[in-house]
Amino acid sequence: MAQFPLPADAPPAEVDDDVLAQIALSRREYELACEMLGRAPTDVELGMVGALWSEHCGYKHSRPLFHHFPTEDERILTNLGEENAGAIDIGGGWVAVMKIESHNHPSAIEPYEGAATGVGGIVRDIFAMGAQPIALLDSLRFGPLEDRRNRRLCVGVVAGIGGYGNCLGIPTVGGELVIGDSYSGNPLVNAMCLGIAPRGALISATAGPPGTQLMIVGADTGRDGLHGATFASVELDESSAERRSAVQVGNPFLEKSLMDACVGLVRDHRDWLEGLQDCGAAGITSSTVEMAERANAGIRIQTQHVPRRESGMTPYEVMLSESQERMIAAVKPDHVGDVRAWFEHWDLHAEVIGEVTDDGSARVLDGNLEVAAAPVSVMTNPPAYEPYAERDADAASRAEWDPSSLADLQPSAANEALLRLLASPNIASKRWVYRQYDHMVGTNTVVTPGSDAAVLRVRGLKQGLAVCTDGPGRAVELDPYAGAARAVAEAARNVACSGARPVAVTDCLNFANPERAPIYFQLRESIRGMSDACRAFRTPVVSGNASLYNESEDGPVTPTPVVGMLGVISDVRQAVRMAFRDEGDEIWLLGAGVEQTASTLGGSEYLAVLHGKSAGPIEVNLDEEAALVETLVAGAEAEVLKSAHDCSDGGLAVALAESAMAGAVGVNVELGDIRRLDATLFGEAGARAVVSVEAARAAALEEIATRFGVPATRIGVIGGDRLEIDSIDMDLTNAADIWHSTLPELLDA
Amino acid sequence: MRFAVLVFPGTWSDWDCVYALEDLGQTAERIWHRESTLDEYDGVILPGGFSYGDHLRCGAIARFSPIMSALERFAATGKPIFGSCNGFQILCEAGLLPGVLLRNASLQFRCQPQELTVERADTGFTSACNAGQVVHLPISHGEGQYFAPPAVLDELEDAGRVLFRYSGENPNGSLRDIAGIVNPMGNVLGMMPHPERASDALLGGTDGNYIWRSMIERWG
Repeated sequence: MAQFPLPADAPPAEVDDDVLAQIALSRREYELACEMLGRAPTDVELGMVGALWSEHCGYKHSRPLFHHFPTEDERILTNLGEENAGAIDIGGGWVAVMKIESHNHPSAIEPYEGAATGVGGIVRDIFAMGAQPIALLDSLRFGPLEDRRNRRLCVGVVAGIGGYGNCLGIPTVGGELVIGDSYSGNPLVNAMCLGIAPRGALISATAGPPGTQLMIVGADTGRDGLHGATFASVELDESSAERRSAVQVGNPFLEKSLMDACVGLVRDHRDWLEGLQDCGAAGITSSTVEMAERANAGIRIQTQHVPRRESGMTPYEVMLSESQERMIAAVKPDHVGDVRAWFEHWDLHAEVIGEVTDDGSARVLDGNLEVAAAPVSVMTNPPAYEPYAERDADAASRAEWDPSSLADLQPSAANEALLRLLASPNIASKRWVYRQYDHMVGTNTVVTPGSDAAVLRVRGLKQGLAVCTDGPGRAVELDPYAGAARAVAEAARNVACSGARPVAVTDCLNFANPERAPIYFQLRESIRGMSDACRAFRTPVVSGNASLYNESEDGPVTPTPVVGMLGVISDVRQAVRMAFRDEGDEIWLLGAGVEQTASTLGGSEYLAVLHGKSAGPIEVNLDEEAALVETLVAGAEAEVLKSAHDCSDGGLAVALAESAMAGAVGVNVELGDIRRLDATLFGEAGARAVVSVEAARAAALEEIATRFGVPATRIGVIGGDRLEIDSIDMDLTNAADIWHSTLPELLDA
Repeated sequence: MRFAVLVFPGTWSDWDCVYALEDLGQTAERIWHRESTLDEYDGVILPGGFSYGDHLRCGAIARFSPIMSALERFAATGKPIFGSCNGFQILCEAGLLPGVLLRNASLQFRCQPQELTVERADTGFTSACNAGQVVHLPISHGEGQYFAPPAVLDELEDAGRVLFRYSGENPNGSLRDIAGIVNPMGNVLGMMPHPERASDALLGGTDGNYIWRSMIERWG
């Protein structure tokens, strides 16, 4: 249901269906635009409206749900959606700036450039605020890697992320790689960037008062990426490959210069500027119109002043080009020359292409010809939809399946079960991926990829930052509310395992076509689940992105809300890693008891790998999760924890194996009397972490856990060269070889 | 010592090198590639990165920057020049060191901890080490496969100009496992690994300080 009722006497249609299809505007929306304008739009206006009203820019189906998100607390310095990224006060006079964004559709067509420009876009969002980008993370989803097409996508995306990010000198420190059937042909490529700035040094993406000069900086404008925002807002089909012109080509070298120039400009000469904005989806159109909206002003753009890389471009093409590596600076009139000279130092040109006006209109000129003159408010007020929602019947019935109906694992089969899980791409070592990314440049990466979260120092600041991403799609599909809450809980647990207190969330909502009831149900319930979980951890949502219409000919993708979590460690020198360290240290399980019931197998990797099933209940207990987080943070601050690793995919046995393999030291773990071996070893009950402590500090650990009401159980000891976990007994080196070789064997072939 | 850390468009290890040297009490200043003199400095660092986006070939455009003539004059004075990663590539392109860096044999970028063997300890860059010592320095490059004709390799070996070799895994296919070489005068070192990333215990290693300390001892 549209929130704006359509007029009964809508103006006569004057546009072909083909034209509307190209900009993904429905006939009803076209008529609404006519009504709001009081006339039919010009071609340029129609293109601009189409781009700004696309799902990608206009959030037509997600915006009405954003009110669920908690968005405020005393640390949060930005309002959700009002700036290019969210800003958080991390103490000591510094702020962190972060955002996650999708580049799914472009990556499906052209994996290298699609992923590369995804990195470029998210980095510009951060330095558009004047912050120095210090870390990238990438959350990736592909179809099964046995399929040549999916392998090509995975190899290309990873190379593209590395190719762009490595050149920028921003370390790529974390992320995820998850394989699932539904992502065949529609991979998910979400890039997150974290930046820092001194408090009070950020700049807004506003246009400033009338008379402010709008300068374009960076790359010349070409025809690449036309209709990219629209392309991102429709389902993929056979003709998608023909949309290759909607995929932009990146130039990371140019972006590096642009980044250095912009960060330096805001740092040294903020007084020359009113605002700074990146030219992302929908190019000059969205950047300038959104800047005008924030300033309650109008804009006038002279398209003939836009530097171009191709001749014969129409005003329509200039306004909608998505050429990369461009920024719009709103410059005080007296400082146009200063800004131009500043950028020349980096061999970049900055040209005035328009100015801020006081009439509230977005006007576009082609020489003396006015080709668009529409109120900014029309362009920035797309309709909002809240479609009918209904839970998918198949997912609902699978969620009701009772895992206790499954025969338990025989002790003699436990070894093989663990090895099969370690060889699953979802659990296998991701070294193949992260060694292609420079994860150390900047010399701030204290905890490198492979642990629960990456930890970064800020030079001169005692506090450290922990970051991670999590998006358990399978759980969300079975139970959107609980699954999405689990995404937040896992992310909070991951940063807490590093010793950090979770402080803020950025989210990327990857869903299929929301116009269908089951998909909209997934979207709505996921947002509710994430919101409640964010309240439990007191981690407001500060920024994010919705990527809908993720469908291919094979069907919709698994609903995948990806949570990017920021945590703050009070003293970065106390950062905790996943790896077991010293022989003789004790292994403890924090959280609900050792023995688990079959229900914890719901949606587990064990069920998927060993039984080919995605079914069962998804449980989440936010109170227990929050108490565990407190325990981990207190344990790190007291310097009791020598390692910490959360139990998630693959459960307790996999968590133990991963800590052992990371530390290259064996374990001997006794689990006592067990009624349900499969669930106890591989169940994915939340609110649990495997930690190690020096034997002499075990009492201190128990005291901390008791303080927060978290059960703590001593389950074993570190030592030797074998993995001995109840009925599991195997050589550690052999297990590690399997864990490490899975991805190279699949992807280097 | 007073170091100049050269900054080309696309350089990104400049600050990392500045911090590593400052942490050892040295002075380090970033010098933009359009400058034309290095006379005031006691040592020059060419940091890692992607100068000019690696367009054409790594280092091929940077070698024509105005600062490069000053660098050649600086080399002739006998004062130290240290190039890592892209800095090594630029030194090779500029002819200050022999050979070239080709794409990694794996055809993939590699960022990882790396073991190196120190071949000689009697040089200005390695005097803080022992000959044969294994040090750990990270690598991070897509084009680090050292290549030179056999005669040049033999000459390097015979003159003792190979200072560092990869030990354990050869990460990029470099001929004779070569990771770092010096010029005949012994005052220009190029290596692919990043000592500035192993100069702080918080980041997991300080073996990079062997190189800085050696330079300071010899030329400070």
